[in-house]
Amino acid sequence: MAAIATQQTSSSSLSGFANILRSEFCKLRSVRSTFWTLVAAVVFNVALAALGAILIPGALSAQEKATVDVIRLSLAGIHLSQIAFGVLGVLVITSEYGTGMIRATLSAVPQRRLVLAAKAIVFAVTALVVGILSSFAAYFVFQAFLSDNSLRSWIGDPGVVRAVTGGGLYLTVLGLLGLGLGAIIRVSAGAIAALFGLLFVPPILLQLLPQSWQTTIGPYTPMEAGSQIFIVHPHAESLPAWTGFGLFCLYAAIALTVGLVLINHRDA
Amino acid sequence: MIEATGLSKRYGATLAVDDLSFTVPPGQVTGFLGPNGAGKSTTMRLILGLDAPTSGSVTVNGRPYTAYRLPLFEVGALLEAKTFHGGRSAYNHLRCLALSNGIGRARVDQVLELVGLRSVARKRAGGFSLGMAQRLGIAAALLGDPRVLMFDEPVNGLDPEGVLWIRNLLKSLAAEGRTVLVSSHLMSEMAITADRLIIIGRGRLIAQTTVEDLLKDGSGSFVRVRSPQSDTLATLLEAQGAAVARQADCTLRITGTTPEVVGELARANGVTLQELSAQQASLEQRYMELTSDAADYRTAESARAPAPESN
Repeated sequence: MAAIATQQTSSSSLSGFANILRSEFCKLRSVRSTFWTLVAAVVFNVALAALGAILIPGALSAQEKATVDVIRLSLAGIHLSQIAFGVLGVLVITSEYGTGMIRATLSAVPQRRLVLAAKAIVFAVTALVVGILSSFAAYFVFQAFLSDNSLRSWIGDPGVVRAVTGGGLYLTVLGLLGLGLGAIIRVSAGAIAALFGLLFVPPILLQLLPQSWQTTIGPYTPMEAGSQIFIVHPHAESLPAWTGFGLFCLYAAIALTVGLVLINHRDA
Repeated sequence: MIEATGLSKRYGATLAVDDLSFTVPPGQVTGFLGPNGAGKSTTMRLILGLDAPTSGSVTVNGRPYTAYRLPLFEVGALLEAKTFHGGRSAYNHLRCLALSNGIGRARVDQVLELVGLRSVARKRAGGFSLGMAQRLGIAAALLGDPRVLMFDEPVNGLDPEGVLWIRNLLKSLAAEGRTVLVSSHLMSEMAITADRLIIIGRGRLIAQTTVEDLLKDGSGSFVRVRSPQSDTLATLLEAQGAAVARQADCTLRITGTTPEVVGELARANGVTLQELSAQQASLEQRYMELTSDAADYRTAESARAPAPESN
């Protein structure tokens, strides 16, 4: 005990933040839920692509085959994997509050905003890697399992790389939206409910409203706006791909900003 | 050194900590004592900057906790509630915390060895017994080898061996010149481990003292005298300003003086003494006496019972 640990590294703020990033990455990779949610996401993306490639050609008419968004079909797994990414994004912060770990974390790093920023960065990088790789895997698996050449596309076709990469971008930003909501709500169940309520409820509510409302408000709802980034043939009223995705990023940025503001003003 | 000045914390309608000022000096074990709900844990969270005080301030080695960039080197804390993710192994928990302050793997192994968790370091901490969880919390507190250590109810749920281990650890940490603050609701435990005491009740400071002083100046301490001339002696003592309670069988219970004074007075006035003794309340009695108004959750029975009688 008498030996004083002299591991204290340079306390410049940059190396300090690098330490916080390392710590947050250690946390992310050292719980099993991270591994399993990401495995689930990859399996959803790839398995639904394979299933779609096998089943869909037989279910479509020749006219439908000519107009269908093939890229969107190959990325159908996103509808399931987004749940895994969303839950993981929420848990990155709420699991700390739920287990009491947050008190150890904030005792080690009292600069709370740096902690939250590090969590967002570490999650974003991990989600981007897994999201983009699994999107590309889904695209190529779809092509490989396709029995019908009329649905075949080439990665070099216009918008294809953007859309396939966009699948990963969408999943990442959705997770960050979850992280922001998690930082605000701090309870896993509540934050997960809020995230998926925000994503799934507006489309359902819009169904109840007049058509004109659907076309004017619909494109701006989070999921509809964000989805444009992985769609090659959008609806007429949809926002352009990057505009829609930009709006989706804005929703996530608002949630994270509110989380960043609140974290310094609340008792842990 | 921990210094609190006018520290207050309000949660809604509850004033958990009320204008608390105290100092925790280095080189000693300072016991932080109070009944359940007295505000001990809240105060510790305020020291760590986890909760913000409603008013007042507290510093650790001269600076507020949140001003430290690498606080693990300054303060180590074991909090009462669990502060780890049950899905993470003990090693990974410590490793993640260590990384945030730039502390290396070697130190993680060292503290695991020190608290005796090395053999289970790779197991999920969620499966740990209460005692093992306490040891993991202590390992985390020791990571940065800090000069200030705080332990909230460290012996809770420990077996006798674990209790002994904590006691010795606290004493050795203080002997190395560190500041050690230990909270407990058990006076018996503090009487063994602590050099100094900070006693609070209902969020307020009741006493800040040493163990000896607490015993000396309690109202539980008195001088007992038995004399056939007890009335004469009582009058003499009262003339000197002592408080005398006349009791049956020629016994006097005297406060506000010492046996030396009573003996001298008796000799000078030719009073025969059949008994002369200094009576001290036990620490436990002193503590009960001090906190009897402040205990938040007394049972109906103990609330009705008369104040502990000292004899």
